[in-house]
Amino acid sequence: MTALVARLRRNPLLAYGLLAVLLLLLPFLVGAGLGRGWVRVLDFVLLYSMLALGLNIVVGYAGLLDLGYIAFYALGAYLFAWLSSPHFGIHLPFWLVLPTGAALAGLFGVLLGAPTLRLRGDYLAIVTLGFGEIIRIFMNNLDAPINVTNGPQGINLIDPIRIAGLSLGQTTQLAGITFSPPHLYYYFFLAMTLATVFVALRLQDSRIGRAWAAIREDEVAAAAMGINTRNIKLLAFAMGAMFGGLAGGLFAAFQGFISPESFNLMESIMILCMIVLGGMGNVPGVLLGAFLLTVLPEALRYVGDWQRAVLGNVVVDPNDLRMLLFGLAMVMMMLYRPAGLIPSRQRRREFDADDGVAEQEQASLYDAGA
Amino acid sequence: MDIFVQQLINGLVLGSIYALVALGYTMVYGILELINFAHGEVTMIGAMVALAVIGALLGANPDLPGLLVVVAGVLVAVPACMVLGFVIEKVAYRPLRKAPRLAPLITAIGVSIVLQNAAMLIWGRGYVSFPAILPRGRHEILGATVTDLQIAIVALSVLVMVGLVLLVERTRLGRAMRATAQSREVAELMGVNVDTVISATFVIGSALAAIAGVMVSAYYGLAHYYMGFLLGLKAFSAAVLGGIGNIMGAVVGGMLLGIIEALGAGYIGDLTGGFLGSNYQDVFAFLVLILVLVFRPSGLLGERVANRA
Repeated sequence: MTALVARLRRNPLLAYGLLAVLLLLLPFLVGAGLGRGWVRVLDFVLLYSMLALGLNIVVGYAGLLDLGYIAFYALGAYLFAWLSSPHFGIHLPFWLVLPTGAALAGLFGVLLGAPTLRLRGDYLAIVTLGFGEIIRIFMNNLDAPINVTNGPQGINLIDPIRIAGLSLGQTTQLAGITFSPPHLYYYFFLAMTLATVFVALRLQDSRIGRAWAAIREDEVAAAAMGINTRNIKLLAFAMGAMFGGLAGGLFAAFQGFISPESFNLMESIMILCMIVLGGMGNVPGVLLGAFLLTVLPEALRYVGDWQRAVLGNVVVDPNDLRMLLFGLAMVMMMLYRPAGLIPSRQRRREFDADDGVAEQEQASLYDAGA
Repeated sequence: MDIFVQQLINGLVLGSIYALVALGYTMVYGILELINFAHGEVTMIGAMVALAVIGALLGANPDLPGLLVVVAGVLVAVPACMVLGFVIEKVAYRPLRKAPRLAPLITAIGVSIVLQNAAMLIWGRGYVSFPAILPRGRHEILGATVTDLQIAIVALSVLVMVGLVLLVERTRLGRAMRATAQSREVAELMGVNVDTVISATFVIGSALAAIAGVMVSAYYGLAHYYMGFLLGLKAFSAAVLGGIGNIMGAVVGGMLLGIIEALGAGYIGDLTGGFLGSNYQDVFAFLVLILVLVFRPSGLLGERVANRA
């Protein structure tokens, strides 16, 4: 094992090759090993990875705490539903709708950001949280007098994604292998996620990414260095929102059905937790966080089986228990590993440093303090 | 005009409940600069515990006088929530006092999830109804109806708030709390046991939350494991509206928010020509919050924290 790891370290090309093969075979391995339901979970891992990477731009790179991120996801999803379902009778192709959804979300990001970016830290968190709730309340109630969102019932029969005549919503035979819709969406989402990872990594190393880091560490100093802090922060908001809008459109197409229930505050918090638990500002950490927090609540469904095995009876309904355990895990994580599982290099340095630096860190903007 | 007076009264009642919860947020924020996200859940637990006690007493003897039963419920709920507040601070916040600011926020959210789901496990997913045992007198004032319950809620809130102000302004503990809020380091140098003060703040805030929780469930006639979330958010908005960290601010903000919400819900249909209905009631709290934060981040009465926004 260690020999293999050492070999992979020397030869990154081999490592990437193995990773690619693994990612390509994953839905079949998972489907065979754990059951078909888990392929859907994989799809959600990818969706949440995109969302978490988007929010990571706002929170991790630019240091702006956004608790209403799910609103952008909702906007993307609803736009997709409006432009590609029998609800209004419009059926536009996905390659037109997805960018439009991303653009709409980005526009709302700017609209929300423009008045609120003067605020910092906890205050920004609360305003964004309020924004998220307002969007959800409107989605819930805009079924009268004009039926825009169909209220709490949501919109269904949303068109699946069609690429060159191939509908991802139908089981397809390709080269003798059967691909069910979750498999097909897996490959589509995988491509989108890889693109997102690429953009996120390139952004981090770009001039803009360095500007974000500068603002995050010290806004006043960043402004003194000639960074237009307002525009750069707005850009972070818009970029993050666009990722969210894109993921929302994909979600709508994948599910075929959306309702305001899917876009509650808990989801925003979940995505934030993915970033924080994985390691804020660090792309591999964020991906790990998205993976763990999507899979963990699903895996906790098996708590019922364990109870039957150990106690001979289901004492507590696993559905009720899993969120409880999840909350406990969040608290424990923060108490014992506050920098996340894979902290970025800079964060690790700050957390390992002596108390004096830790105090400074507390006073810095990075963590939404002020 | 009748509607106006009626909604004003309804708003006042709702507002006094918001104010009680807002006090908990504002006291903790004033001292720790921490949004105690789990505070709304403490309110919920207060309501649930009180309802459990009320249910048990009525089950044992249905002829007990209603008022007495409710008072007994409150008397159990308040200490239960005080212990809960103490434990939350000790477990979830104290170890993270030196950590980056995002860490306690995340644990606070974690604690909320734990409390919500624990309540769901204990009391179920459905609504728990508040038995109709309280006196139900009605009075006519200026063409509007006021119930005994509404009067009792406002009176009790005012009483509790006066008590709190006296505690903060006149006692040794209150002085220690104010000193800690101004500067933790200097207060420590002056011999204040900061840890005790912080614990006391959480305990007092939780006691207020428990009372507010019982009031809410009595007012709406039901309680639910999820009720703490929206109530907590609105109360936080109220605290920000009044100026977070400022005790009078929380009271004023709570009352104002209640009135804005009630009037908004009463008139939104007329204002928008029937386009938006009273189901948008919940939007007002957030709109107020956003407007306040954008135009006067220090809140109505707050000055001290102006530099922080």
